[in-house]
Amino acid sequence: MAPSAEVLTVRGLSKSFPGVRALDGVDLALHAGEVHALIGENGAGKSTLIKVLTGVYRPDAGDITFQGRPVSFATPLEAQHAGISTIYQEVNLIPLLSVARNLFLGREPRNRFGLLDFGRMHREAEESLRAYGVRVDVRQPLRTLGVGAQQMVALARAVATDARVVIMDEPTSSLEPREVETLFEVIRRLRADGIAVIYVSHRLDELYAMCDTVTVLRDGCRVHTGPLAELDRLTLVSTMLGRDLGEVRSEGLTKFTGDHHAADSVPVLSARDLTVPHKLHGVSLDIRPGEVVGLGGLLGSGRTETAKAISGALASKAASVTVAGVPLRAGSTPAAIRAGISLLPEDRKSEGIVPGLSVRENIALAALPRLSRFGLVSEAQVDKIVDTFVKRLRIKASSPYQKVGELSGGNQQKVLLARWLAMNPKVLLLDEPTRGIDVGAKAEVQKLVDELAEDGLGVLLISSDLEELIEGSDRVVVLKDGAVVGELTGDDVTEDKLMQTIAAGSPAPGAAGEVTRHG
Amino acid sequence: MTATRTETEETVARTEKELLDAAEPVGSSRSERLSALVQQHGALAVLVIVSAVASLSFDSFATGDNLSNMATSSAFLAVVALGMTFVIITGGIDLSVGSLFALGGVLAAWGSQYGTLVALLLPMAVCGLIGVVNGLLIARSRLAPFIVTLAAMLGARGLMLSLTDEGANTYLVAKGSFLAELGQGTTLGLGNPVWITLALFVAGAVVLRRSRFGQHVYAVGGNEDAAALMGAPVARTKIIVYTLSGVLAGLAGALNAAWLASGVTILGNGMELEAISAVVIGGTLLTGGLGYVSGSLVGVLLLKVIQNVINQIGSLDSSYQQVVSGAFLAVVVIAQTWLGRRRQLL
Repeated sequence: MAPSAEVLTVRGLSKSFPGVRALDGVDLALHAGEVHALIGENGAGKSTLIKVLTGVYRPDAGDITFQGRPVSFATPLEAQHAGISTIYQEVNLIPLLSVARNLFLGREPRNRFGLLDFGRMHREAEESLRAYGVRVDVRQPLRTLGVGAQQMVALARAVATDARVVIMDEPTSSLEPREVETLFEVIRRLRADGIAVIYVSHRLDELYAMCDTVTVLRDGCRVHTGPLAELDRLTLVSTMLGRDLGEVRSEGLTKFTGDHHAADSVPVLSARDLTVPHKLHGVSLDIRPGEVVGLGGLLGSGRTETAKAISGALASKAASVTVAGVPLRAGSTPAAIRAGISLLPEDRKSEGIVPGLSVRENIALAALPRLSRFGLVSEAQVDKIVDTFVKRLRIKASSPYQKVGELSGGNQQKVLLARWLAMNPKVLLLDEPTRGIDVGAKAEVQKLVDELAEDGLGVLLISSDLEELIEGSDRVVVLKDGAVVGELTGDDVTEDKLMQTIAAGSPAPGAAGEVTRHG
Repeated sequence: MTATRTETEETVARTEKELLDAAEPVGSSRSERLSALVQQHGALAVLVIVSAVASLSFDSFATGDNLSNMATSSAFLAVVALGMTFVIITGGIDLSVGSLFALGGVLAAWGSQYGTLVALLLPMAVCGLIGVVNGLLIARSRLAPFIVTLAAMLGARGLMLSLTDEGANTYLVAKGSFLAELGQGTTLGLGNPVWITLALFVAGAVVLRRSRFGQHVYAVGGNEDAAALMGAPVARTKIIVYTLSGVLAGLAGALNAAWLASGVTILGNGMELEAISAVVIGGTLLTGGLGYVSGSLVGVLLLKVIQNVINQIGSLDSSYQQVVSGAFLAVVVIAQTWLGRRRQLL
């Protein structure tokens, strides 16, 4: 790559929040046609840096030079007009508006009367989306699209606004492999057009596949900047974590320790014929104590629905779920919780944490009925439990009274995990437990899952990170179109076999007998 | 070997196709479209049915006089509901409109001594100004719309009472003035207020559906945080909708005063709730992000037709009007929630 002009230069940027110094004199130089990886653990300051660059936050100190001029954006709109657009990790569009309107919000084509030109808008929307492999009716509300397609719309929107800098904050966390490839294609095109890209991701494969340069943040400071090719993976991880290289090498990149040999004991959870119209068609599975069962399959194959049906969050027809041999009342979450089933939902933001409540309150939330007598809560008991789990799960918070909304993604996930562990569950259903959290926190969560299984918990693990699914699970049940199409056990638990089973869509050799198919 | 190979290729092709399907819309089934249709046009269907039954049951219902009276008396509520539609689509609420309606009427009647222009502009300006204050407090100071507009409702009513010496003083609109003609005259058999209302609704629909501002109204109600990140002027949009709501409430009051030839001080009590009912009955989501100007017009007509029918049933106490309206609103909200859940909007 020929040396090119600096598009965006950041010098000495600092930003503090009550009790936290989120950014501490950070420098960053971004060149035209460069894909610049921005990495760091949770709380390293990536999100804050992005928000300062895009006008969401005002910096306390430092200056930003954009295309040779000092700038100070007061709102996201100003940053967008200047030519910095952003794709956020969680899709940030308007679900009720049509796809085309989302794509064109704020820059709709208008006719000579100043009214919106819907004909042109729909035509251009369809054209621009086709380039991203999304073929949909652009008049439909955005919410009718899958998450991956929605992310593609966000991408098309960001790129279409004549941006000179495109910031992507974990753009692939909700994408399928094919969509990731489309995204990469777009990034290559941007690079060829001389647009600078800041790419934030926790997936090392992606970083090495796409990025030219890397900046590593740790505790609000920049600790490294340089060509990515000169940094091998282990050095990168150790720089990010601030840990010794040898330590990382001996522990490997994922934290799973391997098999927990669950004896052929009686299943702690046994689900038969989970059926939800249009979503699940007679899914059956068993989980034994001390076993991690993975659920494999593509987006929309019914993984999340299976977990929800087991936990009673989704009413299932004609199903029977038994916990330790005791049948469960169908479709009742309280009954499932009492029986010892805990679900860690996929969408932390909307289904899990209560951001306005403290760490302490969030942890105690589900356990309150057990911690109270005659409707009065024992504060001492709550303190004890909270203290235990904050230590055990290594939750980083300024105090138990800090609001959960202020914590990083990884720590939010740990708080959720603590909430359910406080219930003394027998079965833990984990739906994408490490999605959107950084490498360090990811490793810790993986290690915790291992420890919990060793303690005799039955674990159901859903993950779109194949490596995690394969290494974390003792057994993988493969779903497709809402039905079980195979099961991988022992040495068959490999990425290849999983792909084959998904692709074949019929029982793999040696799969368990309980396979139901519906035409 | 060849056979195996082909099989693999087929498998790959199939998987790719399935991946493509995953990107297809997930909720555009027929039942989804039906739910959307019912949500948008359900009120219209009910209006047609109720009107048809009423015309068959009561000879006096489908007469020119009755219909024309109903249209005129609907017009004022409709103008208020138009502004309310914008507010509710942004996810807000405006409780001040009933008081502003009364204040607007008094101001118009008082101002009519200085000419029609003053009589119309003064209430719009004063009520619009109160709307601006509402909008500023809601958008800039981030106060809850419910509380801010409740305060404005009390304040505006107090202001109106002080202008009329506690309601003792009623200002009159001079007979034969242009203002009186505007309120009481008819064109092509329909009262002038009806024509003005229709024109306002057409303009409102164009603004909401076909202008950038309209897109921002939907975006703010659909997801305020996302709208801000997408660069929509959230605060400005909110300030404009509350201002618009105030202006329209003032104008409705002025037209009503012109029709009645005086600024009646006891009007407008509970009108804000009637307007909210009409908007919700018309298919606008109380949670924001989805709504139709035309629906609000239908909602107003439906409320008025039901009131009229109850009046026609001579044996029924007119107090039951409110019971029926309330029950009807409850049914609509339940149906909407059900449809919304079906469509996974809520």
